[in-house]
Amino acid sequence: MKKIDKDSLLGLWLTGDLNLTDRLYTDPLPHPEETEKYQPGHDRKTAVRVTRCFQRVYTVCAALLCMVFAAVMLLTVANLPPYGADDAPTVNEVAERYVEKGTEETGAVNTVAGMILDYRAFDTLGESFVLFTAMCAVTVLMNLRGKHRRLRVETETVDYHADPIVRTMCKFVIPVILVFGIYILLNGHLSPGGGFSGGAILASAFIIFAMVWGEERASRTIRVPVIKGVTLCALGFYALSKTYSFFTGANHLHSIISPGVPGRILSAGLILPLNVAVGFVVCCTMYSFYMYFRRGEL
Amino acid sequence: MMTAFRLILLSGLVICAVATALTKNLKQAVIIYMAYSVIMSVIWILLESPDLAITEAAVGAGITGILFFLTLHRLHLIDADDAGGKEKEGEEDAHEEDR
Repeated sequence: MKKIDKDSLLGLWLTGDLNLTDRLYTDPLPHPEETEKYQPGHDRKTAVRVTRCFQRVYTVCAALLCMVFAAVMLLTVANLPPYGADDAPTVNEVAERYVEKGTEETGAVNTVAGMILDYRAFDTLGESFVLFTAMCAVTVLMNLRGKHRRLRVETETVDYHADPIVRTMCKFVIPVILVFGIYILLNGHLSPGGGFSGGAILASAFIIFAMVWGEERASRTIRVPVIKGVTLCALGFYALSKTYSFFTGANHLHSIISPGVPGRILSAGLILPLNVAVGFVVCCTMYSFYMYFRRGEL
Repeated sequence: MMTAFRLILLSGLVICAVATALTKNLKQAVIIYMAYSVIMSVIWILLESPDLAITEAAVGAGITGILFFLTLHRLHLIDADDAGGKEKEGEEDAHEEDR
């Protein structure tokens, strides 16, 4: 019997090919004293029966749970008020204020940006910290085994850089993606988009760069201190510009900077710099996720 | 016309969601999941929320798929021969990264 390691076990489990009784009960046991007590025939039959029974119960339970959940959701949807009804619970003074006074109070033409970065900027700060925490967790997990026993992926065998089609196309595509991402970042308060989507688009450009020109080259071009510094500066700027409401009793969330003329690029007070900060955080996080999963380090 | 388009999109969404869960091959499952995200982003535009459409297209269809591929690659669950989770004998095989 082949020795199975954790990875292949997980793989078998993920694909549904895992048959625990065949695998575990025919493997030689590590300790000889346990082998003496081990009676193959009896234990194996019991185990097969228990596993089959468990599999049947599991399938039935899963199907039942799915059906119940689907029924509950469909019932809920059927009982929702009609779309855009006046007496719907979502139509209250909060939504009214956002729609009627959003642009006037925040200076953002894109009301969504006004909501998430002005009225509810605190929530967005929390989201940025969620991303930052995820990045820290990935860093810790990938470096768990110490410096010399890092989880390294085997060497890159696909050289996209050698492919003339991929290389030439990427030279055209990457600048376009970068400009589009910057446009979405800077126009977050005027048009759909904003920090999160702009940052994700920027990160995808960097990921394509790292894919085509190789991770070594990418980590030489985009250095680790730059990524860390940009993330920390962006988060710190966001936190500093919004935590003053901690000290004012959290009742005064309104921006002290004047909204400016709605529709101009330099308007909407703090929304534009906050969008840029969120975009930087998202971009650096996504890019470092990619690098950590690909290389094992930044 | 618009209703037919919506119906096609919604049925595609359901088909993709079911197919993602039922596909045995992990690489195909990730690709179907990315197709689900693309359909979802079109539906977000039809629901008049372009913010979500942009984010869904960038994150759901792009970066999440890449991260899934990288994770499966790292766990040796996908490789060049498209074994898709079958146990592999030689780890020295040339790994072809699909994007």
